[in-house]
Amino acid sequence: MEPLADVPQLPGEERITDKDIIYICPFNGAVKGKVSITNYRLFFKSFEVDPAMTLDVPLGVISRIEKMGGASSRGENSYGLDITCKDMRNLRFALKQEGHSRRDIFELLFRYAFPLSHSLQLFAFLSQEKFSENGWNVYNTIQEYQRQGLPNNKWRITFVNELYDLCDTYPTILMVPFKATDEDLRKVSAFRSRNRIPVVSWIHPVNQAVIMRCSQPLVGMSGKRNKDDERYLDTIREANGQTAKLTIYDARPNVNAVANKATGGGYEGEDAYQNAELVFLDIHNIHVMRESLKKLKDIVYPQVEETHWLSSLESTHWLEHIKLVLAGAIQVADKLSSGNSVVVHCSDGWDRTAQLTSLSMLMLDSYYRTMTGFQVLVQKEWISFGHKFSSRIGHGDKNHADADRSPIFVQFIDCVWQMTKQFPTAFEFNELFLMTILDNLYSCRFGTFLYNCESVRDNMKVKEKTVSLWSMINSENGKYINPFYSKESSRVLYPVASMRHLELWVSYYIRWNPRIRQQQQNPVEQRYMEMLALRDQYLKKLEELQISDSPRIANNSNSPASPTQLVHHVQTPL
Amino acid sequence: MLSLGSGGGKSTKPSFVSYVTPEDMKIKEKEEGLRSKHPYLLPGEVVFCSANHVLKYTQEDASQRGVYGTLLCTNFKIAFISDESASQETAPPFRNKLLSENDIPLTCVDHIYGVSDEKKKLIIGGQVKSKYPSKLIIQCKDLRVFHFSLTYAKEEEAKKIFQGIVHHSLEPKSLKCVFAFSYCETASPSQASRKSSLTLMFETKEDWSVELGRTKGNCKVSSANADYVISEKLPQFFVVPFAVSDDDILRFLGKGIPFWCWSHHSGCALFKMACLPTIQEDGISQKYMHRMLDAVTQDQLCPVKIEDLSSCLPALQDLQLSYNKFKQLFLIDSTTEFWVSDMKWFSSLENSGWLEIIRQCLMKAVEIVDYLESAHTSVLIVESFFVPAVPEEHCSDLCCVLSSLVQIMLDPYYRTRSGFQSLIQKEWVAGGHSFLDRCNHLYQKEKEVPAPVFLLFLECVWQLLQQHAPAFQFSETYLTVLSDSINIPLFSTFLFNSQHHRDTAMKPGHPEAQRSPLNFPSVWDWSLQFDCKAQSLFTNPLYVAKPIQDKALRKTSHQKHQRQLSLPNTLSKPSPRKGFFKEETDNLKKIFLGKRISKWLNPTESSKELYESWQRKPLDYQGLLLPYLDGPSVRVWMQRYLRWVPEAQIFGGGSITTVNRVLELASEIQDLQKEVERRSCRMNSSTAWTQVYSGPPLSARLSSFPFTATHAWSFKPAIPSSIRQSLGSVSSLADKEDDDCQGSGVL
Repeated sequence: MEPLADVPQLPGEERITDKDIIYICPFNGAVKGKVSITNYRLFFKSFEVDPAMTLDVPLGVISRIEKMGGASSRGENSYGLDITCKDMRNLRFALKQEGHSRRDIFELLFRYAFPLSHSLQLFAFLSQEKFSENGWNVYNTIQEYQRQGLPNNKWRITFVNELYDLCDTYPTILMVPFKATDEDLRKVSAFRSRNRIPVVSWIHPVNQAVIMRCSQPLVGMSGKRNKDDERYLDTIREANGQTAKLTIYDARPNVNAVANKATGGGYEGEDAYQNAELVFLDIHNIHVMRESLKKLKDIVYPQVEETHWLSSLESTHWLEHIKLVLAGAIQVADKLSSGNSVVVHCSDGWDRTAQLTSLSMLMLDSYYRTMTGFQVLVQKEWISFGHKFSSRIGHGDKNHADADRSPIFVQFIDCVWQMTKQFPTAFEFNELFLMTILDNLYSCRFGTFLYNCESVRDNMKVKEKTVSLWSMINSENGKYINPFYSKESSRVLYPVASMRHLELWVSYYIRWNPRIRQQQQNPVEQRYMEMLALRDQYLKKLEELQISDSPRIANNSNSPASPTQLVHHVQTPL
Repeated sequence: MLSLGSGGGKSTKPSFVSYVTPEDMKIKEKEEGLRSKHPYLLPGEVVFCSANHVLKYTQEDASQRGVYGTLLCTNFKIAFISDESASQETAPPFRNKLLSENDIPLTCVDHIYGVSDEKKKLIIGGQVKSKYPSKLIIQCKDLRVFHFSLTYAKEEEAKKIFQGIVHHSLEPKSLKCVFAFSYCETASPSQASRKSSLTLMFETKEDWSVELGRTKGNCKVSSANADYVISEKLPQFFVVPFAVSDDDILRFLGKGIPFWCWSHHSGCALFKMACLPTIQEDGISQKYMHRMLDAVTQDQLCPVKIEDLSSCLPALQDLQLSYNKFKQLFLIDSTTEFWVSDMKWFSSLENSGWLEIIRQCLMKAVEIVDYLESAHTSVLIVESFFVPAVPEEHCSDLCCVLSSLVQIMLDPYYRTRSGFQSLIQKEWVAGGHSFLDRCNHLYQKEKEVPAPVFLLFLECVWQLLQQHAPAFQFSETYLTVLSDSINIPLFSTFLFNSQHHRDTAMKPGHPEAQRSPLNFPSVWDWSLQFDCKAQSLFTNPLYVAKPIQDKALRKTSHQKHQRQLSLPNTLSKPSPRKGFFKEETDNLKKIFLGKRISKWLNPTESSKELYESWQRKPLDYQGLLLPYLDGPSVRVWMQRYLRWVPEAQIFGGGSITTVNRVLELASEIQDLQKEVERRSCRMNSSTAWTQVYSGPPLSARLSSFPFTATHAWSFKPAIPSSIRQSLGSVSSLADKEDDDCQGSGVL
């Protein structure tokens, strides 16, 4: 069979197979064409339609592949493949009903879409891509703490976890109270779920209040207490002179926190932690979020629910969850701004906790709103602190129904997007940046989001063997710049966590719908870019005029604007 | 870094709070030598009554905090004058010259509630007894909500002010009592009678001729109704097909006449028609109707399609009902109420049905555009609503909405400010929309059928504006301010039911009084309300103006260029037959007998091809403009509806921040352009820049609506209270553990 021409190919990408196939487009109907499968992507190109219709799908986004119809199925295009994707779309292909035509392609797709289930390597390890920037250098733990002014006389760096033997899901370098010894830390780790002890995420540059993150205490049914843990939290409180009561934000709904006691977990009781106040933030667990996004997909793909759009949207609860996460982060940021240190946890401290700490840091610290700063934030709060990307996304794994999968990181990016909508000039990056992050959350092209924690990444030599997503982004970052951005150093951004302002991220969730896609080219941004170009044109023209005019000006003493004056004049409005 | 006071989940707002008791105040007053607090009065404005020591609450839950001051009622407005002088810092950056922040025009009052003993009761005009409530809640038509406490005022004053406010704002009154009359009798003519030169008022034959010429319409201006000899509802001049004679117009007093609205460059045109009064089926009227339709087809040259709006759009009463529900979502009394209603926000929005009505109107407009644009078929809009209170039907409600929307989508001229104003003059003012009755300004329940028809039109325009910002010369703020101006009882534009109504009302009251007729200002005389700086906010800096060609060339090609709106080669529709469609003629009888008929038009899907061919090409902001109508695309007009709700303000953010950036850049470009022109000494600029705001950089703290004071918004984040969720039944998932507690390894 003649191979399909013009298939994009990354260095390291290999052609596996090509096949004539019919793509059943939910918007335009059946389209005849040819599909090409590589070890990275599925690429489809139509034959007849002009301009040619193409599909370019990294195999990493595939969640599930099913056979549709049998050899004896009747009806046109009823025999083929049904592919469910992780990025809010489904793909259907029909094949000829003769000679088991789909067997080969099904097996190859299944093999390369789920390499880990077939003892193959993820594409990130096969990729030979080279970029001018090295994204693995973006985040350096020590440098980031130094930027925040740490360590200082209250907080110290510990290497107690250097070999991941204190906590296997934490990074090696941790920031802890100066007064707590490594021995104390070990004792505390025994009382925290999966040994995830309270450590510093961020310190307020002025009032020195800190955001600590951890997992739930192992209180259990009997209401166990741990003196070391209690003392440790009090040390945290004392480290900041102003904090009379340490606020502990438990991200879970109250009832869930109570229910956790049955499995050995729980929350900080009033009796045990007298200098602390506990606030529940009512954010639901990963399973609720997964179902919510599933419902959202039902109302936007393939057709956008028409007649009862608003009530349908409400019934998915997706925006309500976004609201609760944002509202929680606002409370954390507000508490911190008023000079109080806080501790944030949920059950294990790697899902809701990561959402809350990173969002409140985004509100508090304008550095994280820059291109590099945001990369640091993701690298730090999500990747290094062990958000279980591998389990939540299921990279290269065929078990599509795995209960560990959940769109927690997507939800976080959605919250960030909501903030960029409410503060359109406060973020250096644009929507494309966020969408690119999400696309590569699934693609397996880069090593950035692979595996559950640093200890495993070290084992797999991810930094040596794969390319970072930030390498690509930082090599062409012009694409990702928000033209409206203006640097503001010290402003706390409080988004309004009200349904009145929360919007569905249409250009992400409904982007496969061609009608919606058309609308999403932001006319304001486009126009602004045109105007910027126009301004540059005028500046250039003025420059030219100055050059050609200069002899005349020299002769004419009445001319009000000397070149220098003119430059000054031109710049005033800036 | 911004430091915030401590505080838990409950947001407490530092604001302009006064803890001064009335007793302190008296002392203060004496000390200051009875500082006079004269309200700012307009010419002809008279104070009816006033009360001192009234407390105006800051919108806040239980805390009974606020500012003391004087509450007044004049023949124009209800005003509150604070005892504390507003500091420069907190004053709004832009202001309305007629109204201060705490002024409510009498015609802007929507509902008044009295609170006594914790009970909130709706006050109905005419039923007020001598008792007065301790607290007044005034809800305004522009969505502001005021809370006043009368507890500390002198009993006599409190009683008087309460009765005065209720009497003057809630009870039926005659037109002559509307403030515009006393204003115009007093104001010097220079103040009252300047006209915006670019806006066509459609009061003269010339204006109609200009419009007819601009669109190359193949019709004639009729003066059959000069001096309103035929109809008081019709304007003195209007445009009809050539074949319509003066006798035809006279026959049914203007009913059944196709009035020309606008001509498409292909030769087809948009018409609207008032239905014939219900008459016997004697063949005369049928024959007459056939003749009128023939006239529209210009002797069978152009097919015609009849659009009966009653079969697909809601009746006026439903409109009013829906808007009342919708409006309620924004009249929020307290923070608690805000967050409680937040839980069911989307379904409440949907239940009001208001957005759906907007969608339907836009959808219908697209259908009509489709006929004109793709099939080159003339369209005749009729509206045969059976409205019990108005036995005679005019094409002056939803007809106006639809005809105006169609013209905005098809003709870029109407997306300029002067074009838009001319359009409102043409379709609404000359078109005889009953502004007075629909706005319910006089509270005459039997006569008026209140309905927010004009507002519905502005809402639809706003949808187009937010979807295609660069296509409009005016800004969102302009639309919001225009919607507010409906409730200011000063402009001839919104005070009458027809031009005849206006002309008679403005005649001197007593024949013996030797004076010229009154001359009410038009709303388009924006300088009455705003200074130049504020007016510059009405210009949309994103507007992509039509390129202006060389002056010599312009004369010949200008018109042509402007008319090049159609999609080239999109005659995808079957070639139109000559004459009107058969199916329509069969239905004519039904329609023109004024009976409601079942849906005989399949609503949409028909415009699918139009959308597809339109979307295939890059969007031309000077060309055809279609609205997006998918669920997520139809939105709430945030600036208008949320501007007064403190909880909904994004401090230091919101879309206003991008608008400011664009404004800054636009004014910079303007300066550069001027400089280039000055230096090159040639005045042939290639791009026309409309003057935009170019003052000092607008503050980042500017609220979403530049005419509100910034002090009202707090520095504290709004933290949702009552987060008890509606998530009740998320099955057993909610109780599940995130991860199987022990067991599963790290991988």
